[in-house]
Amino acid sequence: MDEILGFIQAHQDMIYVVILMGFLGMEVIGRVPSVLHTPLMSGANAIHGVVIIGAVIIMGKAESDNYLALILGFLAVVLGTLNVVGGFVVTDRMLEMFKKKKPKS
Amino acid sequence: MDISILTISYLVASVTFIIGLKMLSHPATARRGNLIAAGGMTLAILATIFLYRDEGRALGNYGWIFGGIAIGLVLGWMIAKKVKMTAMPELVSFFNGMGGACAALISIVEFDYIYREASINPDVVFGSAIHVGHYLAIMAGAIIGSVSFIGSMIAWGKLNGKIKDVSFKGQHFINLVILVLVLVFAVVTYFVSAGSAITFFFVTVFLALLYGVFFVQPIGGADMPVVISLLNSFTGVAAACGGFLYDNKAMLTGGILVGAAGTFLTILMCRAMNRSLMNVLIGSFGGSAAGGGPAQAGGGTIKEISVSDAAMVMAYAKKVMIVPGYGLAVAQAQHTCHELEKILGEKGVEVKYAIHPVAGRMPGHMNVLLAEADVEYDKLLEMEPANDEMRTTDVALVLGANDVVNPAAKTDPSSPIYGMPVLEVGEAGMVIVNKRSMKPGYAGIENQLFFEPKTSMLFGDAKKVLSELITAIKEI
Repeated sequence: MDEILGFIQAHQDMIYVVILMGFLGMEVIGRVPSVLHTPLMSGANAIHGVVIIGAVIIMGKAESDNYLALILGFLAVVLGTLNVVGGFVVTDRMLEMFKKKKPKS
Repeated sequence: MDISILTISYLVASVTFIIGLKMLSHPATARRGNLIAAGGMTLAILATIFLYRDEGRALGNYGWIFGGIAIGLVLGWMIAKKVKMTAMPELVSFFNGMGGACAALISIVEFDYIYREASINPDVVFGSAIHVGHYLAIMAGAIIGSVSFIGSMIAWGKLNGKIKDVSFKGQHFINLVILVLVLVFAVVTYFVSAGSAITFFFVTVFLALLYGVFFVQPIGGADMPVVISLLNSFTGVAAACGGFLYDNKAMLTGGILVGAAGTFLTILMCRAMNRSLMNVLIGSFGGSAAGGGPAQAGGGTIKEISVSDAAMVMAYAKKVMIVPGYGLAVAQAQHTCHELEKILGEKGVEVKYAIHPVAGRMPGHMNVLLAEADVEYDKLLEMEPANDEMRTTDVALVLGANDVVNPAAKTDPSSPIYGMPVLEVGEAGMVIVNKRSMKPGYAGIENQLFFEPKTSMLFGDAKKVLSELITAIKEI
């Protein structure tokens, strides 16, 4: 119990971030017209590709004899990049089709 | 100095994610928003590679890092550029799975580090070697990432038709049992001896993968968009776990932002189908449709209409409502559809589109397709205004839609889609349904609409039928 309380104490800034971001995420989505639901889902999909930062860290700190970290880290970097690049490019392709349109609102 | 540049880079990246998502909510700014978020992401990645310090040491293995990024870049770019517009939803699912796998792999490697250190004293309790907060972050990342990965892969396979719906009796119960087992093992791993912790950890990951399979496998049809959206938010949370682990604000903000936005979007979708999230989570849709006996096979006879008759009826109508569905997407008929709309417009017919929130395979799927064909925004009606206008519509032309126009959702309490709001095409003066065959829709249930006296069937591929209609209308 003390450990959990201590954890909250030590990481209170992160807990604030989590809570505020949670509300912000909902607010941002709340006003989206249904026309943009698919591109938005795809854009959000690209943004969680930020997990690649973790993959880069894992890869970068792996010692040269730690094959598990090297192989899995490498795989994680490849998959994370796929998520980021694929996500943004697909979203852009979807939105490309809206570009000639005059905005509705 | 370097460290503060890294911190600022992460701050800038976090802000671009928020601005990006916000701009994505308006048609005019959406594309720029996407590019801004992409720019922030690039900055965060580059800053991590060159400026990150792990206990004072710079990162190494640059060859591996850039090699991996290069492979992912080329592959991701090619896949994303090559794929057809109709395959977009499954592609989102695929890329989402990649992110989930990435999060799970990070957790596995981090667990391995701690295990190596802890197992020097193999007999002590594993939990004593690790901070409980870090343990939770690693475990949650591994479990959520695994479920998200395998679930997305199955959703991907289902949407492109490689995986069929399978469900059996007691599915809900088994799903719950597996979920409970995952949680039990996740807790037990903390308390076992350090020497055996890794075994327990991998059992947990394996069970999480199993749960992912059982979680998505029985869900079919109208629920797939909800599942993808939910898994999208799962991956966001998994990424945020990584943020906790590395005390990394960019990962934390990006992950939580997507987790919250994705969850909210999922709830919006569930609401559109008049179902609770819990109901979808336990996965009853496919199960009850397949196991609940024959969903009262449609009675009566169907009536076919010829292309020239259909053309005649529409050309002399005052108002035509087009109801697009997945059939339109499969046939790539959006341009032909727009052409039909223009020709009818020239004849003085008022043409509108009725867009059901879950028509196609994703919310907004139809909007994206029709936007590609240059259909004007104000011709696209959302469900409620569309239903209001249905009463004054002479002809409703249903193009490859099925479940979203099924009147059973309103009239038959035993139907698995009972309660889902539908487009009430029956209110229109006449209904013309274009389908390739009499096969039921994705939810696997019969549609009484096809047997109504008002309804005429126009069989054939949507694109072929539409171009024939255009030719016939021109001749009138």
